[in-house]
Amino acid sequence: MKLALKLAYRNLMGAGLRTWLNVIVLSFSFVIIIWMKGAMTGWDYQAKTDMKNYEIGGGQYWHENYDPYDPLTLTDSHAPIPGEAKNEIDRGEMLAVLVVQGSIFPQGRMQPVIIKGIDPHQNILKLPTGSLDTVPEAIPAFIGTMMANNSRLSVGDYVTMRWRDTHGTFDAAEILITAVFSSDVPAAEAGTIYIPLKKLQQMTLLDNHATILTFRDSDISRPELEGWTLKTSEKLTHQVDEMIRTKSVGQNVLYGILIILAMLAIFDTQVLSIFRRQKEIGTYIALGYTRNEVVGLFTVEGAMHALFAAVLATVYGLPFLLWQAKVGWTMPIDTSEFGMAMAQTLYPIYTVGLVVTTILIVFITTAIVSYIPSRKIAKMNPTEALRGKLQ
Amino acid sequence: MKKITLVILVVFFGMGQLKSQPTATEILEKVDRNMYSENRIVEAGMTIHGRRSSRTITMRTFSVGDEKSFTEYLSPPREEGTKMLKLENQLWIYSPDTDRTIQISGHMLRQSVMGSDLSYEDMMEDRKLTDIYAAELIGEDEIEGRTAFILELTAIVSDVAYHSRKIWIDTERFVPLREDLFARSGQLLKQTNLSDIRQIDGRWFPFTMQFKDMLKQGDGTEFTITSIKFDQKIPDHIFSKASLRQ
Repeated sequence: MKLALKLAYRNLMGAGLRTWLNVIVLSFSFVIIIWMKGAMTGWDYQAKTDMKNYEIGGGQYWHENYDPYDPLTLTDSHAPIPGEAKNEIDRGEMLAVLVVQGSIFPQGRMQPVIIKGIDPHQNILKLPTGSLDTVPEAIPAFIGTMMANNSRLSVGDYVTMRWRDTHGTFDAAEILITAVFSSDVPAAEAGTIYIPLKKLQQMTLLDNHATILTFRDSDISRPELEGWTLKTSEKLTHQVDEMIRTKSVGQNVLYGILIILAMLAIFDTQVLSIFRRQKEIGTYIALGYTRNEVVGLFTVEGAMHALFAAVLATVYGLPFLLWQAKVGWTMPIDTSEFGMAMAQTLYPIYTVGLVVTTILIVFITTAIVSYIPSRKIAKMNPTEALRGKLQ
Repeated sequence: MKKITLVILVVFFGMGQLKSQPTATEILEKVDRNMYSENRIVEAGMTIHGRRSSRTITMRTFSVGDEKSFTEYLSPPREEGTKMLKLENQLWIYSPDTDRTIQISGHMLRQSVMGSDLSYEDMMEDRKLTDIYAAELIGEDEIEGRTAFILELTAIVSDVAYHSRKIWIDTERFVPLREDLFARSGQLLKQTNLSDIRQIDGRWFPFTMQFKDMLKQGDGTEFTITSIKFDQKIPDHIFSKASLRQ
């Protein structure tokens, strides 16, 4: 085997430019696959972290009627905070949020909004709830950047908000925008206004009611609460997993094309080698090599392209991948329109598993592609081969 | 003696004055008698004034109290054939384009009707004012040459859309001429101006109503009645889902 590696190395070096062209193409595949997979892993991590920080915490209990995709259900999606949750809420380990529907009228335009009542002193979510802990003449409220852009509101603006109490009676008041936050989580930002929970409960005559209970710790096993549905963080981030799975399928097609291109070059090189090196093959056999050993030699030679490509990819790819991990990749389109947690700039994350898997896949594929044309050697007549006669 | 006669006259005429001034509840009862009916068939046009343009939708509505209502849109061609059936707090809408009937939950009644300043609830609200509001007479005013009582109404039931109202009522015809609708906080939400008062079947009724959402920009929505019939015999089958597809 050692001799086979030595011979393969010498032969590849001897082939000069032809070897290096193959290696360069293959190294591109390495770098691009690792970069793209890294971007996906980065997106997955960022999306879930942002969702955890700004929307779902360690998981949630939803009121049984609550359906975030159907605002019309909001009127019936609330109930008194269950006694079992009160202790955790008092300790600051759980956050009660009341969700109701309303409208705001910026510049005289009616805009439907979701009004969320939240405790100004909470620290489970990284929302600027501290800005609600003020007593201005209007109701203090904060919004996300997405909402601020759509409604053209900014900090210090007053706007009229209209809502209905639990009996359906209209009420309206001025709100003061005390903060604007940025989260990359559309569900936390789009069309949503946050005001103090107690104020919203008072406004809607829903004292002590909540729609969502968000807990901090995702590791604790949670009991079922009657009238409430437990949504673990896995369930709540399921949408991200689905999206990434869908995107990965598309990416796999691209990887396939990249690998096929590289493999075509290697296959071509192997066929050419076997055709041009018939005398050499005959000599190996005359010297006592079995046919399978010669096939093995040529397979190792082909597969060694992948090894060289891995080394080359490390030389120029490593700095590139590290640089990308630092500065990220800013997407040319506005990701806020995607409707799901996605940052404008994706920071790739490369795991050992990702790098090892990519190297293995490329190496094994190269070995297979190198072996296929080498099988022809097994059918060669050694005498004819020694004479260099075409077979 | 002269003084005594004068005092008697003043007291007599003064009492006469007091007697001729109806109480707020009496005024409201008279308004209800004009505005409320067991059932009605209305043909009307609704002009929605948008920011850039206006559009008019004509419709025919059969209603029984505030429980049942059936509306068929007659024009424009895009809306023609669209039908709505409301039974208590459930609403079904039939669209001829898709030949489908969609049931919408009671909350949909709070949404705007075809982009107008009116909600389904506003359109279908037909409860007697005396049943849901306590009235107080706070003065008199003049609107378009007509003297009007000003009544302040405060809700006495909880399930009412507007916590309070201020109504200007024609002192002779007992028909609202203007109505301001307020939120619980006192914020003015909507304003309605009623005009073209006509006598029909022994009652006075406004044939033109202008609704304006005071929080929104725009010129509001104009509702013009072309024909109205009160206390008709409306067959029950009209208020069935089968009639949506007919």
